[in-house]
Amino acid sequence: MGVKQIHRPPQNAWERLYVFEIARGLGITLKHALLSWFKPGHMPTYEYPEVKRPLAERFRGRHRIRKREDGSPLCVACYCCQTVCPPQCIDITAEESDDPAVMKRPREFKINLLRCIFCGMCVEACPRDAIYMSHDYELADRTREQLQLGLDDLLENQDNDEGEG
Amino acid sequence: MKAPFPRSIECEQKLDLCAERMILNWGPAHPATHGTLRVILTLEGETIAKCDTEIGYLHRGLEKLAEDWTYNQCVNISDRINYCSVFINNVGWHQACEKLFGIRVPPRATYLRTILSEIARIADHMVCLGPNCVDIGVLTPFWYTWNLRELAYDLLEFVTGARMTTAFTRVGGLAADAPAGFEERVKQEFLPEVYRVMDELDSLLSKNRIFNDRTRGVGALSQEEAVSYGWTGPCLRACGVAYDVRVANPYLAYGDMDFDVPVGEHGDTYDRFFVRVEECRQSARIIEQAFSKLPDGPVNADDKRVVLPAKGDVYGHIEGLIHHFEIVMFGPRAPVGAICYDSVEGANGELGFTIVSNGTNKPYRMHVRSPCFHVFSALPRLVTGRLLADLPAVVASLNIIAGELDL
Repeated sequence: MGVKQIHRPPQNAWERLYVFEIARGLGITLKHALLSWFKPGHMPTYEYPEVKRPLAERFRGRHRIRKREDGSPLCVACYCCQTVCPPQCIDITAEESDDPAVMKRPREFKINLLRCIFCGMCVEACPRDAIYMSHDYELADRTREQLQLGLDDLLENQDNDEGEG
Repeated sequence: MKAPFPRSIECEQKLDLCAERMILNWGPAHPATHGTLRVILTLEGETIAKCDTEIGYLHRGLEKLAEDWTYNQCVNISDRINYCSVFINNVGWHQACEKLFGIRVPPRATYLRTILSEIARIADHMVCLGPNCVDIGVLTPFWYTWNLRELAYDLLEFVTGARMTTAFTRVGGLAADAPAGFEERVKQEFLPEVYRVMDELDSLLSKNRIFNDRTRGVGALSQEEAVSYGWTGPCLRACGVAYDVRVANPYLAYGDMDFDVPVGEHGDTYDRFFVRVEECRQSARIIEQAFSKLPDGPVNADDKRVVLPAKGDVYGHIEGLIHHFEIVMFGPRAPVGAICYDSVEGANGELGFTIVSNGTNKPYRMHVRSPCFHVFSALPRLVTGRLLADLPAVVASLNIIAGELDL
């Protein structure tokens, strides 16, 4: 572990002439431009929305709730996610289940996406692995009400994404 | 070097440009402020005669909010302090928590924290250097630094699941282990780019005459003054003081790493710029070494009071389920009446967290020692008497992050 001094040599006459250093800088810029045009895969931008950025597997997008085989939600309304949610955006109402093997199920499961901070703590807290975060990140909508997710919103479109398991 | 235009108030007085003083509000919503801060300038011609600063436009009451959240939930507060290098804040917060709880983090978690902190530091320096060039009038390096920042954020997303608000540390370790292929991605995609971009920045700017004229001697501060203002981090090191929390108080795995602390000598914008460039190279060195020493093992401490049990235990055993509910519902409890302070080397300097505990699952009081606040306090001293055009260059080189100023 040492100390590294940042040196600052005085500018010589060649460098003070300005033109040559600028030309050298332009050379670097030109190299980048040529690489972007001719080398495939070098272009760092995406033509969004036609082309979308590949997301990491752990990406935290909009929530979903997994289903049982009969299509009912896997959630057992234990209130863990509601308790741990830092901005308190989850609101669950529980009811008794018809299925004798399941004690409770959510009658309502509301997530207020306007408050959600996408921290993923609800996923970590779920003891049934029921809630997960999908790769759905285009969340703009026209009204505030459309961003209050209900149980039906959370159960739909499950086949399209591979969320964090 | 002699400036080709009048620089001092005396010069302009001779030219009779300052017959009338003008008040100029710079900010709170000006692109060159890099956030929301307001600088009230009194101009005489183009010279800054007086500079008043006003902060508070991004005040969110984070310290008060921490009193309402458990120690694990508070990591989301640290996400929003310096939003350019979030992972370092996560580590800072939970390191202070672990000191409070008296927990030792397993070696794999400390090494992963070190690696991710250094990636976040490189991303933060890129966010500083690129816009610093733009504020001076050089647009090109901005694209190159932004590409590198993009790679750094991709890596953070790969590991943590989010580009900026990572929220990845927990009391006693990390939320998850790094996914397979992390080391290869960093070594193949990221580290060669870091060295390449730093060399390009060097060759594009260090000898460019316009850049030199705009940065040499601009916003210079002496060692003594920098220390008296409470400066830390790259800004202090640019003044010539080799103080780095990573060296002075080796936390995480920094004690095992071999790296240099870059220092400048003049403490001006030029030094601050190239100290950051050199720091990125050193960060890359640290990442390389940390990967070569990365141990296997768990990423969470073996302490059932604070760490969530493995998912297999939660699904399969009643004991695991009970522990899971206990920690999720109530959160880890701190010892009664403990006060602790711990700091990490943030991208802007010493980032410290003070926690006062009253024995519950939430902090009784949390205080953040944010580096930007101290750095920003010296701004009037740096720009008074200089030209208006120097102000953006100085503010950008100080790397003022409004989220860190206000909390």
